[in-house]
Amino acid sequence: MADSTAAAPKPSSSVKLVLLGEAAVGKSSLVLRFVNNDFQENKEPTIGAAFLTQKCNLPTRTIKFEIWDTAGQERFASLAPMYYRNAQSALVVYDLTKPTSLIKAKHWVAELQRQASPGIVIALVGNKLDLTNEASESADPLNDDGDADTAEGDESSGDARKISTAEAKSYAEEEGLLFFETSAKLGTNVTEVFTAIANAIPETSLKGARGPGATQAGAGSGANDQSRVSLTGPRDNASKEGCAC
Amino acid sequence: MDEIAPEYDVVVLGTGLTECVLSGVLSVKGKKVLHIDRNDHYGGEAASVNIEALFKKYGNYNKGEEPWKKYGRANDWNIDLVPKLLMSSGELTNILVSTDVTRYLEFKQVAGSYVQQGAGAKATVAKVPSDAGEALRSSLMGIFEKRRMKSFIEWIGTFDIANTADHKGLNISTCTMKDVYDKFGLEAGTRDFIGHAMALYQTDAYITETGRAPETIERIRLYGNSVARYGKSPYIYPLYGLGELPQGFARLSAIYGGTYMLNTNVDEILYDGKKAVGIKATMVNGHEPGKDMKFETKAGKILGDPSYFQDKVQVTGHVLKAICILNHPLAGTNDNDSCQLIIPQSQVGRKNDIYIAVVSSAHSVCPKGYYIAIVSTIAETTANHHLELAPGFERLGRIEEKFLGPPIPLYEPLENGANDNIFISKSYDATSHFETTTDDVKDIYLRAEGQPLVVEGLREGTNLVGED
Repeated sequence: MADSTAAAPKPSSSVKLVLLGEAAVGKSSLVLRFVNNDFQENKEPTIGAAFLTQKCNLPTRTIKFEIWDTAGQERFASLAPMYYRNAQSALVVYDLTKPTSLIKAKHWVAELQRQASPGIVIALVGNKLDLTNEASESADPLNDDGDADTAEGDESSGDARKISTAEAKSYAEEEGLLFFETSAKLGTNVTEVFTAIANAIPETSLKGARGPGATQAGAGSGANDQSRVSLTGPRDNASKEGCAC
Repeated sequence: MDEIAPEYDVVVLGTGLTECVLSGVLSVKGKKVLHIDRNDHYGGEAASVNIEALFKKYGNYNKGEEPWKKYGRANDWNIDLVPKLLMSSGELTNILVSTDVTRYLEFKQVAGSYVQQGAGAKATVAKVPSDAGEALRSSLMGIFEKRRMKSFIEWIGTFDIANTADHKGLNISTCTMKDVYDKFGLEAGTRDFIGHAMALYQTDAYITETGRAPETIERIRLYGNSVARYGKSPYIYPLYGLGELPQGFARLSAIYGGTYMLNTNVDEILYDGKKAVGIKATMVNGHEPGKDMKFETKAGKILGDPSYFQDKVQVTGHVLKAICILNHPLAGTNDNDSCQLIIPQSQVGRKNDIYIAVVSSAHSVCPKGYYIAIVSTIAETTANHHLELAPGFERLGRIEEKFLGPPIPLYEPLENGANDNIFISKSYDATSHFETTTDDVKDIYLRAEGQPLVVEGLREGTNLVGED
């Protein structure tokens, strides 16, 4: 990551975050905006990634998000249980210009409540705020880098909003979800969503690194459990020795 | 609803481990893959299921009862349908590492590997020695036999098929394993545990058939190398069960553009002459009956498990398997959270070994305090199959639940796919590990792609983790 400056060590924890939502609501755009934000702007978006990672610095600790994309497996209702496994947070995205996408989002929230760990932090995000009138007054276009806006549509004037803030917000409150309206294109509220999730993760579920990626990424909890193994470790002792009996 | 493409390079039927490894590898290599399963879950015969699903699969309860409720949250259970473990230096481990699918999985060691000596009331259980120290303390051999075993193992360790000077005057390619054992003067009991608990043969056929010595030596080395890698046993096991393996490879495929459809029935294989060229299928919509999606697509070739091609496969044998829920570890296994215990056929008057594989809450497959033991063997009779497994049940002690179905047929394809463009996998066999599964993966790849599968270097040039 970009933070090569060795700051005072704060406790750091890995958090698995899963993305859900209808096709073309801007899931990947939101993540690319978040991941590339404090980064060189013209970095190529990573396609074919197992997961993306990005740190979120809070006053007392650092949260390292491991962001899992559905890789399209949700298209035909074929997401594997592995996807939800140990997810501590989820971003459920809808397009606030498209009513069916909120129905789909509600379906995913129900699915998470059924399949994911009970303590999961869920954020409901209405994306494409740039297609509404209020976008122009709330944020300046930061960078139009052309990568983030592929899923955003091309309507640039007039109010295309079909789902009111009040409607989505009251649903989010009923279900106990964090709620934001964002524009991945303009960068509006994107960092705020991730910071809010980071803050909402209970301290108790942050005992060191979690999940497979986390264990391999460094000093994880796996170290004190001797029977856990890292397959990617050196294999040389096994290659020549023959039998150790 | 998204559109199905009019044509795919490969259509894969069934999401068992074999099929998912092939999908993953083919997708990474740039092939356009459509992967279909008629079930609502990944894994096919190699899935892990929760305890409610297991009861419903076996139907061993009275109507109106819900016996799974006393076992806590159903989703805390991930019970394997196939009793297998991974050799830590085996080929599946190599494929997992080479494809970076290890990113999605966490593995733990299996705590010990055991072998039974004797039968009935006189049966004892001993740990298969995992290093020189354990070999010297082992109750399996007397003091002189230990020395003979040591020199045998040392010879195996340095064995080189090309260095005939070190072959003890034997012609390794044409002699029998009996000749090799005789050369070292090993006793029958020692041969038994070398052949069955280390080389992991299920019958004694390997001893007298000529030309099988190199293969046997290779198997003993695999065992030794696997033990040497992490120490306790040659086996590792993924947290949340073996069903995670196909899911991991399916995700790999999806990340490289593979399309996945569960709940999808194959209605028809389309042919042009003798060659399969496409499929007609229906994705069943469980939520809205009548809203099923029918589609047709062309396929460059079709891969699949035997259940999709009943008329193109033959039965080669039957496996007996009982899944048992315990609330205690196995006696004589040092209260380990997991183990493999082998009952060699000679000890209990059988032709095939009985295997017991035990995993527990340490592997996130069941709630704390429970153990899942699977007893399995190859069927030798046509009735009373529970009696064939009885020596295994004796080792388990008190059993809370026992799931024992009819003998499971093992299938293999009648043809190699050259004529009909359909490349069919074999059933998961009775061996305790996945080495034959990865052999099958390689065989199918060779048949379908016309070149050997090389997984080494697959992840070079790929970018599996975005930032670090």
